[in-house]
Amino acid sequence: MLKGGSSLERQVSLRSGARVEDALGYLDHDVESIDVGSDLVDRLKESKPDVVFIALHGRGGEDGTVQEILEILGLPYTGSGIQASIRCMDKVLAKYALIDAGISTPDFFAFNERAFSEFGAATTLPEIEERLGFPVVVKPSAQGSALGIKFAASTEDVPGALVAAFSYDDKVILERYVKGRELAVGLLETEDGLEALPVVEALPHEGSFFDFESRYEIGKTDYVCPAELSEDVTTTVQEIASDTFRTLGCYGFSRVDLMLPEDGPPQVLEANAIPGLTETSLFPQAAEAGGIAFQELVSQLIALALARTPSTVS
Amino acid sequence: MRSSVMRDLMAITARPEIISLAGGLPDTSTFPKDTFAQMMQEIAANNLAEALQYGPTEGFDDTKRHIVEVMAEEGMDADIEDMLVTTGGQQVIDLVTKTFVNPGDTIICEAPTYPGAIPVFSSYQADVIQIETDSDGMRIDLLEQEIARLESEGRRPKFIYVVPTFQNPAGVTLSLKRRKKLVEIAREKELLILEDNPYGLLRFEGTELPPLYALDRDDFVLYLGTFSKILSPGIRLGWVVAPAPVLEKLNLGKQAADLCTSSLTQYLVQAYFELGDWKQYVGSVKEIYRTRRDAMLAALEEFFPPEAHWTTPKGGIFIWATLPDFLDTQDLLAKALRENVAFVPGSGAYVDERGANSMRLNFSGSNESTIEEGIKRIGGVIQEQIALYSTLTGEFKAKKEPKGDSTESVAEVVQLKPEKGSKSSAGGK
Repeated sequence: MLKGGSSLERQVSLRSGARVEDALGYLDHDVESIDVGSDLVDRLKESKPDVVFIALHGRGGEDGTVQEILEILGLPYTGSGIQASIRCMDKVLAKYALIDAGISTPDFFAFNERAFSEFGAATTLPEIEERLGFPVVVKPSAQGSALGIKFAASTEDVPGALVAAFSYDDKVILERYVKGRELAVGLLETEDGLEALPVVEALPHEGSFFDFESRYEIGKTDYVCPAELSEDVTTTVQEIASDTFRTLGCYGFSRVDLMLPEDGPPQVLEANAIPGLTETSLFPQAAEAGGIAFQELVSQLIALALARTPSTVS
Repeated sequence: MRSSVMRDLMAITARPEIISLAGGLPDTSTFPKDTFAQMMQEIAANNLAEALQYGPTEGFDDTKRHIVEVMAEEGMDADIEDMLVTTGGQQVIDLVTKTFVNPGDTIICEAPTYPGAIPVFSSYQADVIQIETDSDGMRIDLLEQEIARLESEGRRPKFIYVVPTFQNPAGVTLSLKRRKKLVEIAREKELLILEDNPYGLLRFEGTELPPLYALDRDDFVLYLGTFSKILSPGIRLGWVVAPAPVLEKLNLGKQAADLCTSSLTQYLVQAYFELGDWKQYVGSVKEIYRTRRDAMLAALEEFFPPEAHWTTPKGGIFIWATLPDFLDTQDLLAKALRENVAFVPGSGAYVDERGANSMRLNFSGSNESTIEEGIKRIGGVIQEQIALYSTLTGEFKAKKEPKGDSTESVAEVVQLKPEKGSKSSAGGK
């Protein structure tokens, strides 16, 4: 089992890892737990595992880096392959793939730092602000757990928000704010095909949005699962999530985050190739609501890892 | 309980590849090994059974006598009857808060305050009010206003928590004038002060100032002391001096918390006072810290941008730097971690949104070259952010010239070394 590492989501990963490790223990597997570091390849070569459970979040673990290494070593692993991992981690790539597939995602513009420092892109900000309206959602392209996401309520707030987002990644997205309900749909491959789990709705107590702090502190957010939605809307949302999963080429499991506006279709914000597996995480809660206990979930992910044939990889 | 973002980011700062100016670690590498060995041998020979046994909740009298000695060094005359030995100074903050604070009760403290106190106050659901500080410590005039405001609402603070000397995190020291005024206010309004003084003996230059405890003559000031910065943090030994009725309550709280402070640790300290020279040791670590402070100040001058400013403490182990207000040091930390350097974002020292553009930098935990490298990296990150912000607000246009516009010839760019005895092969323009 791979966990920890030094991405900004290290602590979340350690908690996901701890929970998975417990489950693996109950399932009577022989587990070696690795807090990933510079000796990862050596340790993998030495222990020759039958399968690798990746409980890493963020850079290095969720973006294809570790997946590439495991492919080279010929070790089966849980979750999406290299290409899907890259696409999910990079919101810009993901959004373009969704647009191509006709899946709704909020309007956006993406920049890297060079656009500003070398090409004077700052002068385009007024146009962008006009096109997107306020508040503008400013976020790093590759970062999980809502780190670095800011809302710019006015022109004056935009530079600070961009500087903050650029602290987390070299590429940043300015996105239209979609007012609506915050939903998350877990997807899990089963014997009967891709299953969309019951929809989770996030209702944070404080602040207008579901930020890093409210996500991981027990009691700061109310989760409703299944979300109070009509059957039609539930089906629609689940279908969109499944389409997203397939479009991005995910494998095994994923969590798709969406906004459900008052009018108009649900908008996909992002897909997470390795959703959080902590006690407060949405994916395990949704699985539970769908009748799949955490241990069963872990077991299924391992089975899927072992069943992966070369054509489903990357 | 408060933010886990900070905790999660801070957890990464402990990774070995990171230059961390974030910790509050004293330097323990120079503790005399031979003395330590002797201390252990002395205990083994003379007091092993007692050292390994439970001790009284209030601590051993011998420990307290040494505490009296330490306090006397700063002009305080304390009685062993008024003392409780604790498991680190941190425990005192916890016990005092537990004893006095019901959910919703008010605690007043400095802005910024010791980050480690905030989770304690929050855990007892205190209403924490922070009073602005400047280079002379807490603004006592603002404190008076705040106390008056609370009075008008029929409220009183349960205590005022201050770290008056070389404060963690700001490094500032409460001026003598303000100390006297603070004590006067406490006596007049019958308000308790909890004085936390870990760094009083770590003064590098300037005049020593009397602790609040010394100015108060033991009525309203509860004194919190610790051996962490003058002997060892790992031994977990602190103390509180308080009037009898308060002490009794604290004693009960401590009993419930951990029965007694480690006997072994107390015997170690007793042996140390007998065999070692505690004042000399403090003197020697002070020297180390002074040099490191100087290295940090020099590096800040060199590597931090002119828009930043910072405190210049005359002792202690921290410097507090403040950046332009469009920068958020929590986000900056994420970027800094990518450069393998860390600091404590200022927001950790506040209960509200303040401090977002400040940072705490520690100089006791690293040597001079590491400090210089660390400040250089942080400075680099700050400069990048400021430049980016300026570009975004149109303060400067994009700086780089596109390639291909250059009229430089290759020859001017590539300097070929002339062969001996031959003409330069650098080529002409």
